[in-house]
Parts: sequence; C-alpha cells; structure tokens
Amino acid sequence: MKQLTPGFADPVLDAQACFRAILEAMSRPGRIQRIAAHITPPAPLCTAAGAALLSLADADTPLWLDTDEAVAAWLRFHCGAPITGDIGAARFVLSCGPAPSLAALDIGTDEDPQLGATLILQVAGLIADEGWRLTGPGIQHEHHLRVLGAPADFVSAWARNQALFPRGVDVLLCAGDSIAALPRSVMIAEG
Amino acid sequence: MTEAGYNFAYLDEATKRMIRRAILKAVAIPGHQIPFGAREMPLPYGWGTGGIQVTASILGPADVLKVIDQGADDTTNAVSIRRFFTRVAGIATTDATGEASIIQTRHRIPEKPLTENQILVYQVPQPEPLFRLEPHRAETRRLHALADYGLMHVRLYEDIARLGHIAKAYDYPVMVNERYLMSPSPIPAFDNPKMHQMAALQLFGAGREKRIYAVPPYTAVRSLDFEDHPFRPIRAPQACAICGSTTSYLDELVTDDAGGRAFICSDTDYCQERQAAPKAAAE
Repeated sequence: MKQLTPGFADPVLDAQACFRAILEAMSRPGRIQRIAAHITPPAPLCTAAGAALLSLADADTPLWLDTDEAVAAWLRFHCGAPITGDIGAARFVLSCGPAPSLAALDIGTDEDPQLGATLILQVAGLIADEGWRLTGPGIQHEHHLRVLGAPADFVSAWARNQALFPRGVDVLLCAGDSIAALPRSVMIAEG
Repeated sequence: MTEAGYNFAYLDEATKRMIRRAILKAVAIPGHQIPFGAREMPLPYGWGTGGIQVTASILGPADVLKVIDQGADDTTNAVSIRRFFTRVAGIATTDATGEASIIQTRHRIPEKPLTENQILVYQVPQPEPLFRLEPHRAETRRLHALADYGLMHVRLYEDIARLGHIAKAYDYPVMVNERYLMSPSPIPAFDNPKMHQMAALQLFGAGREKRIYAVPPYTAVRSLDFEDHPFRPIRAPQACAICGSTTSYLDELVTDDAGGRAFICSDTDYCQERQAAPKAAAE
C-alpha cells in the first residue's frame, strides 16, 4: 500500500487561513487569493483544491470526483467525505480533468438554493486583470480574470447557470496555490 | 494565551466547517437566509450567540476584534464578548474602528466608513423580515422563493395611510441585490444607507433562529419605500453634547427629573476620536 501524504500541518489554523482565503475569493469574485498552507496532495490534485476540500468537506458533504483512487483515498482519509458516483447528489464536485457539465450538478431548489453544489474546478492557470469581464455582487465596477484551460463553452454554460439565480452552482477555480471563485450571482462576459 | 481545554475560538472544527459552508453559500446568494445547526454557547440566547458563532468560525490569530453594542465598546455585552474571544482565541482586541479586521456589532454600524480589509458581523435576533406579517416559516420560505414581498409593501403603506409616514425607526426592511427582502437586524434606519455598496463584507448570525445570511461587498442594498414617500434616514436634529457632531447617530439621555435631555453620539469610538482631534491639532 502506498504511503498517504499528510494533510494540514496545523488542522485548526491552516483550515482557518484557507477558509478566509476562500471567503475573500467568494466575496470578491475573480480576485485571486493564495493558499499559504504547505500540503502535498497526490497528483493531479493541486495545493489549492486539496486545501479547499480539507477546509470544507467532511462526513456531511458527499463528494464526486473524476480522479484516480490515490486522490480518493487521500480525501477519504483526511476529510472523511463519502465519495459518491452520483454527481447530482454531491455537495462538492472535484474536477481535475475535462469539466463536467454545470447542468449535471445539484442546483438546489427555489426555497433552498443553498443546496446547490460547489464545483472545485482545477485549471491550468489564473491571471488577474485580463480576460473575462466579471460584474455582480462583490465587484465595485468590474473585475477581470483569465482562466487558462477553462472549458471551451464555459461562458455560455455559466450564463445558463447564472440565469437560474438564486438556484445554481458555485465554482472555485484552483491552479497551483491560487484560488478564485465564481459565486452563482456573478456575470461573466468574454473579455 | 488561550484558555486550556478549549479548541481555538471555542467551537469544534466540525461545527466551524458547517458554519463556514453556510457562510460561503450566504455570500453566493446575497440576502438569503441559510439554516445552520447553531450550538449552545456559554451565554444566553439574545446575547449575540449567532454573531459569536460566525465570528468564531472566521477568526484567526492575526485578526483584531472590535465588538460594539449599540455603538458602544464599553457596555456589558461588548465587554463580555471581547473577553470571551481573548480567552478562547488569544486574539488582539481594539476599540478603534480603523484598527479592527473583524467588527462584531449589536444594532449599529460604525460611523467611520469600513474598508475592504474589514468584516462586519451582525448579531441578529429575528432574521425573518416577514415574521410579524406571516408567522409560518413554511410560508415565508415560499414567499422568499417567489420574491413575493407584497405583504411588506402593504405594511409600509398602512403606516402611510394611518400616520402619514413610514413609522419604522429600526430594523427597516431592505432589498438586497434587488432579489431578497432582508432584515438588517435592529440597526437604526439611519444606518441603512451605509449597507449599500459597503466596501466590507457583512455577515449576519441569528443563534436562536439558527440562520446565517450575508451581504457581499459592493452590493446594492435598497431600503423599501414608495416614489411619493421616499426612504428618509431618521436622526435627532441635535448636535452631540460632547463632540458637537451634527452628522452622527445620537442617543437621547435623561439627565434629571425635570425633563432635562442630552444627546450624545451612539458610536463611542467616533465620539472619542472627534474629541481627541481638536486637542491633537492644538498641540
């Protein structure tokens, strides 16, 4: 059996710092935050995506993922999250390969829109101040974000997701130790 | 130095994760109330248990905490919450609005404009703005789902019909991002305009009612009104008896048994800063 790499060195304070980075990312969509914690999740999982799941996922949050058994074993051990094969039943959806369709994820209901899933989308890179033009709550005028390796039809798929508001899916974009968020309230235009 | 035997910031990690997930969804759906499993806290309901749980879940060792109760840093509620977090999280506290990274508040927004590096946490007694109009939670949830807020407009209209004006001086209902009707917690209506396009993140915690909601930075927050009866923030038409401010929100004090009244700033830090400023200029 292969050795599991460790999770957070300090489970309390590392999770807090990581959560604050995600909260900041979610509050100011398109602004890129850095995850300071040093963890070495199994490939292909990047630091930011691994840290986000360590901070937020647990036994209460069914997790769907498109990676191999090494990542699943790591997350099962450190988070205790039940891994589900039903993408529509997952609270967190981890995508390291080709992104699943946003429409396949749980979008919540009109009365309980908070049940909409969070998609953790691992991408090749995040660059601030160029690319997509983001507007909406959390953004004073407009933010710009270029997502390297984003799915080709993402902007039109996002428009359909955004039209469902208040239902919908929220996205955490992760690349290396960088993280940016797209809450369902944000509007994206090709830049 | 933190109290032995407690986790950092009192709550256990599973509870913090649950609250953190609720906070993230609250930010993604501005103004929508998210149910959460509020824990029993070492102080009674009504003393800010919701706000404390939100603060405990976001707080880190680098944060500087300010706690106000009706604008004052030195009232019982504020002092005990500040001491609680000093003991269980060992963090720094302050009275100065500008130095705080997290401000927990009961029923006021500080006079000094908040910045992007600050988070404002409200203690909320009743998160449901429609509570007095529709007692069934199942029904209000449906009204929020349909964005059907006619009841509240009728309530405000009835005030105008009977009294000639909207007789709501605090907990004045707001529309967030033009979608959800939200209770701003019992802040004075005077403070409502400060919520609009605020640079800081605003989080709301209701412990007894077990709800969390949020207003992200730079989000539209509109006080409900009518074209012919526009919203007017209410303020006593006096100057502060101590610092002389004519723009801050004032508390009325009874000074004797012969009808004597004095008005002073509700925000004690703002008042003290203004008192210190002329002295500093003179020196």
